[in-house]
Amino acid sequence: MKVLVAVKRVIDYNVKVRVKPDNTGVDLANVKMAMNPFCEIAVEEAVRLKEKGVATEIVVVSIGPKAAQEQIRTALALGADRGIHIETDEEVQSLQAAKLLKAVVDKEEPKLVILGKQSIDTDNNQTGQMLAALAGMPQGTFASEVVVDGDKVNVTREVDGGLVTVQLNLPAVVTTDLRLNEPRYASLPNIMKAKKKPLDTQSPADLGVDLTPRLTTLKVEAPQTRKAGIKVGSVEELVDKLKNEAKVI
Amino acid sequence: MSNTEYFSETHNQAREMARRFVARHILPHIDDWEEQGEFPRELYHQAGEAGLLGIGYPEKFGGSGEGDLFLKIAVSEELLRSTSGGLVAGLGSLDIALPPIVQWARPEVRDRVVPDVLAGRKIAALAVTEPDGGSDVARLKTRAVRDGDHYRVSGSKTFITSGIRADYYTVAVRTGDEGHGGISLLLIEKGTPGFSVGRKLNKMGWWASDTAELFFDDCRVPAENLIGQENAGFIAIMANFLRERLMLSVMAYMTAELALEASLEYTRSRKAFGRTVAGFQVTRHKLVDMATDVDLAREYTYRCAALMQARKNPIRQVAMAKNFATEACERVTREAVQLHGGMGYMRESVVERLYRDARILAIGGGTTEIMKELIAKQMGL
Ligand SMILES: Cc1cc2nc3c(=O)[nH]c(=O)nc-3n(C[C@H](O)[C@H](O)[C@H](O)COP(=O)(O)OP(=O)(O)OC[C@H]3O[C@@H](n4cnc5c(N)ncnc54)[C@H](O)[C@@H]3O)c2cc1C
Ligand SMILES: Cc1cc2nc3c(=O)[nH]c(=O)nc-3n(C[C@H](O)[C@H](O)[C@H](O)COP(=O)(O)OP(=O)(O)OC[C@H]3O[C@@H](n4cnc5c(N)ncnc54)[C@H](O)[C@@H]3O)c2cc1C
Repeated sequence: MKVLVAVKRVIDYNVKVRVKPDNTGVDLANVKMAMNPFCEIAVEEAVRLKEKGVATEIVVVSIGPKAAQEQIRTALALGADRGIHIETDEEVQSLQAAKLLKAVVDKEEPKLVILGKQSIDTDNNQTGQMLAALAGMPQGTFASEVVVDGDKVNVTREVDGGLVTVQLNLPAVVTTDLRLNEPRYASLPNIMKAKKKPLDTQSPADLGVDLTPRLTTLKVEAPQTRKAGIKVGSVEELVDKLKNEAKVI
Repeated sequence: MSNTEYFSETHNQAREMARRFVARHILPHIDDWEEQGEFPRELYHQAGEAGLLGIGYPEKFGGSGEGDLFLKIAVSEELLRSTSGGLVAGLGSLDIALPPIVQWARPEVRDRVVPDVLAGRKIAALAVTEPDGGSDVARLKTRAVRDGDHYRVSGSKTFITSGIRADYYTVAVRTGDEGHGGISLLLIEKGTPGFSVGRKLNKMGWWASDTAELFFDDCRVPAENLIGQENAGFIAIMANFLRERLMLSVMAYMTAELALEASLEYTRSRKAFGRTVAGFQVTRHKLVDMATDVDLAREYTYRCAALMQARKNPIRQVAMAKNFATEACERVTREAVQLHGGMGYMRESVVERLYRDARILAIGGGTTEIMKELIAKQMGL
């Protein structure tokens, strides 16, 4: 069974981002980039499926600038077999990403597509769902467990108040939640081997997708800084402040 | 790779991998290991499995391949982010012990020893220094006398990193006359009759590494364990030193870098006299001096590595790098403790450890004075 995994290059989660002075976005200059953590979980799940003998080939796809090849190489070092890079320097919104992935799905015909539930840059949580709709495939989002069973896949989903398990017919789209697995790090020999794995580059035009944005960002602002707290001397004072100042009780 | 950048995409991936290795396997335990004076043997195994021990060694022994010094530097920098020079020295003792074996040992010996060490199943140490002297290598006294198909070795070694736990020791011995022309390298294995390991030495820093004295009392070592030609050991030892000194420079600027980072963070939040400590001009200038030291030490070390990568033999430059970087490291770690005030003297703050760990760097691998002697000679003085 062929598994397609989508990975995205985003700002490393350790970086404290700064909003650009003109409020048009986040400052990306000289900022450390990395694979979106949810995408790492997606790669890990695919690799585990391969180790179990369920998956036979893992294809990893990334959309983005030339440098996104680093994230593809990382996925190859983790165990993916080959990469597809859809190269563009344009902004790619969720719908356009989903259309590009749909074009790849049409070509590759994977049985399972695994994506992160969201990417930590814009936190849209849409691409997997849009892809499923465009491709006419069932979706299992926010997966905390994925079990392939013949031509079906059972996906346990994390929802408010508990877990829901859905059974999907393959081919299907799965998006990963944080607790699905703990991703491994690549070993050095595998990093070396990944350099020799095939990586195919395409353009959005090759796939017939128009990247014109459908949404316009008006303004990006930093969250308000929290005001310093105060120490209270007694329970009475606390209750008084909650009642009369914060007015929450 | 643009020509102002030493690191490639592969290096960055290896760096990322090493960073994760440190975060997962080392950082959660490092304070305990420092206090215990040892890290678990299992860590060699884990590092071996991740491919971290095999960097720079031939693939046929399980290594990553030779000739990529910046890969080694990228990974070493990340390992040093464990904040423990001792751990890095202990885990890395193979890097001073193995190169002569890889290059000059008999194939049977090499093939038996090297893969196990790179996989982390066995530990290797280098034993040159003796109780009577370490700087003057040419005058070492441990004797090895040929007796049929064995050598009989008598003498002792001291301050040997990984000396307690090692399985294999690359030992410098005297097989010939006085002076550097009478020195050979012998592989001596743990358990060889007549070889015993002394007590674990208590140290100022590098707590997480085991450092030992070794005793050879008419120890019978198979003659096939001779590394290279008899009486040609001095050149092998000197060749080995170049890389060791480069790596000690890396250790020095990284130790300083960590101290600088901790100081930046601390002084930005610590308040005195109604403002942050970083708010005083005198502090800012101190932090600038520290950053300057770190940057210069790092960039000059990279330059040396680039020369080595180009197969030059930059003896003078590497000696200068080691001296500059280790002294910069001492300045920076001292100021880091100072900027932390009383907290800098407490074991719970990382700068306290970095300050202690800094001191060895100007002694091991050849002291600052010996580096100056080398440089003077290279300058024709
Ligand atoms: C933690 C630690 C780990 C170590 N690990 C190892 C190891 O794994 N393997 C190993 O073989 N060794 C190891 N060493 C030993 C180290 O290499 C030696 O300590 C070092 O080379 C100095 O030798 P020495 O201690 O005998 O000092 P000495 O040679 O006795 O020097 C004493 C002082 O005299 C100065 N001096 C000596 N000669 C001259 C000169 N010609 N001109 C001016 N000044 C001079 C020195 O610079 C120094 O200041 C380790 C040491 C330490 C502390
Ligand atoms: C082992 C030990 C024993 C001690 N014993 C005692 C004791 O018995 N009793 C007791 O009361 N205390 C004791 N102390 C505390 C000691 O006196 C303080 O640590 C010291 O006065 C520094 O204060 P601090 O740690 O709060 O540092 P901070 O005041 O936070 O200073 C942090 C850094 O900011 C710098 N700084 C502060 N103000 C300025 C300024 N205006 N301009 C420029 N730089 C500035 C400092 O020089 C320092 O480098 C002890 C400390 C230690 C480590």
